Amino acid sequence: MRKLRIIGAACTAAALAATGMAFAQSDGVDHAKADAEFAKFRAEMEDSNPAELFEMKGEELWKAKRGPKNVSLAESCDMGLGIGKLDGAYVKMPRYFADADKVMDAERRIVWCMTEKQGFSFDEIAKRPFASGNYTPDITSLVTFVAGHSRNMKFAVPIKDPKVKEAWEIGKEIAAYRAGPYDFSCNTCHGSDGKRIRMQNLPNLAKPEGAIKGVFGWPGYRMTGGVMLTSQWRMNDCFRQQRFPEPKYASDTVTYLLTYMTATANGQLYKGPGIKR
Amino acid sequence: MTKKLILAVAAIPCLGLALPAFADASASAKAIETIKRDFKPRGQADLDRLAEDFVQALCNRTANNPSPENAKRIEADQLAKVKYPADGKLMGDWKKGESLAQSGRGFTWTDNPGLPVGGNCYNCHQISPKEVAFGTVGPSLLQYGKLRGNSPEIQKYTYVKIFNAKAYNACSDMPRFGHVDALKPEQIKDLVALLLDPESPVNK
Ligand code: HEC
Ligand code: HEC
Repeated sequence: MRKLRIIGAACTAAALAATGMAFAQSDGVDHAKADAEFAKFRAEMEDSNPAELFEMKGEELWKAKRGPKNVSLAESCDMGLGIGKLDGAYVKMPRYFADADKVMDAERRIVWCMTEKQGFSFDEIAKRPFASGNYTPDITSLVTFVAGHSRNMKFAVPIKDPKVKEAWEIGKEIAAYRAGPYDFSCNTCHGSDGKRIRMQNLPNLAKPEGAIKGVFGWPGYRMTGGVMLTSQWRMNDCFRQQRFPEPKYASDTVTYLLTYMTATANGQLYKGPGIKR
Repeated sequence: MTKKLILAVAAIPCLGLALPAFADASASAKAIETIKRDFKPRGQADLDRLAEDFVQALCNRTANNPSPENAKRIEADQLAKVKYPADGKLMGDWKKGESLAQSGRGFTWTDNPGLPVGGNCYNCHQISPKEVAFGTVGPSLLQYGKLRGNSPEIQKYTYVKIFNAKAYNACSDMPRFGHVDALKPEQIKDLVALLLDPESPVNK
């Protein structure tokens, strides 16, 4: 029953996404009205967010004994608050993990658990890490599940930890690094207030008000394409727009950028896995 | 400091793929080391795109705020490299310019390198009043020619600005379309016409 309702909502979402595509063209559409429609739609979706489907799938995956070592993540994976403790873990990441000697964001940490605890191959996971078409990687559902356990909590990245602080500082510098054929850095598009590319608003990641916009809707169900996508994907696609080569999956570069944005958003509310245009 | 910076910057073009290696432990040096490790080539986007040329290096090292002398040095160097159309005319066909300004394709790893590159102008600028889906990374260019006229000086300024925005503003956020061979002089002429031709919707 509940599932049906969600799928129904997802279909509406897809239809709206199709309209969304049209917004990008020069069609004299009333954009303020379109934005208002979207906001209304998002509000209606609040209790039947398509992300929930992926949370359910993620829960199954989290609890199942899997991989060459036949263990579950539930019994082996520490997301920073201790094995089996997920409530509030997502909003307190990226954080430093002594066992891996790395600062890790949630997605990277789950990948680490899948390889170290369950025995999956990193290269296999990294081959196709993001959703497209009808394909949703397990890792995406797992991240969505973990993120759902921080719904309506405030971001609290442990920025006082010197390793996290250093990751934040390096992330800030990566965001400023201009290169490539168009001389773009993240800051070209996200370094000041009130900017847009075509009709898409670009959050100013240097400020708490902008940084929260950068992180609070992820992982998100993207109506364009009808797929569930994570923050790791968002970074990947922005590097594409930046005309850079591709960042390696679950690399420091991506973690440091996520540390920079998420910690800058500290103290603000995470509403849980969201819906993106 | 200025001398050292010029030296460092002068050395950069020779390094090619190698990003400038800094011995210090600053966050910016670590950022470069991290970037160097963490990318892989995809499609047309090779790793050499991560290396800075001397303009990028100077802007990166100074938070886009180089000393006035260094800014002048960059601008003079970039201006000297501008190529002009063979026939000496700087205004082409505004209609072609409009469709070029609309196209945002080119240079990403998903773009087919065999296809022509777009101007990307509407991504960042308001230009024709008919196009409402415009970006705001750059200033509005609405009425651009009406406000300035289209004297030879304005034509030249506009041509050079599109060919290489850094020739007048060392660390401009605008790409260097002609300098990196994204747009040909003939195409840039069409864009100049889009902005300056009295018949262009920009100036209506
Ligand atoms: C050439 C322009 C450009 C560059 C460079 C760029 N981005 Fe983006 N970014 C965009 C656009 C356009 C969107 C909005 C996409 C959408 O709304 O669907 C976006 C969206 C985002 C979002 C999500 C915002 C939201 O509403 O959820 C984040 C976070 C982000 N970018 C971070 C970055 C980071 C970090 C970098 C550098 C690695 C970067 N961007 C580089 C254009 C860019
Ligand atoms: C990524 C953003 C971006 C893109 C793409 C871009 N511009 Fe710009 N443009 C800017 C910014 C920022 C400025 C203001 C700073 C400066 O003058 O360097 C600017 C300035 C200009 C100016 C000078 C305005 C003045 O009042 O002097 C012109 C002319 C111009 N752009 C034309 C174009 C054209 C034509 C295109 C497409 C081929 C284009 N721009 C693409 C960002 C962009």
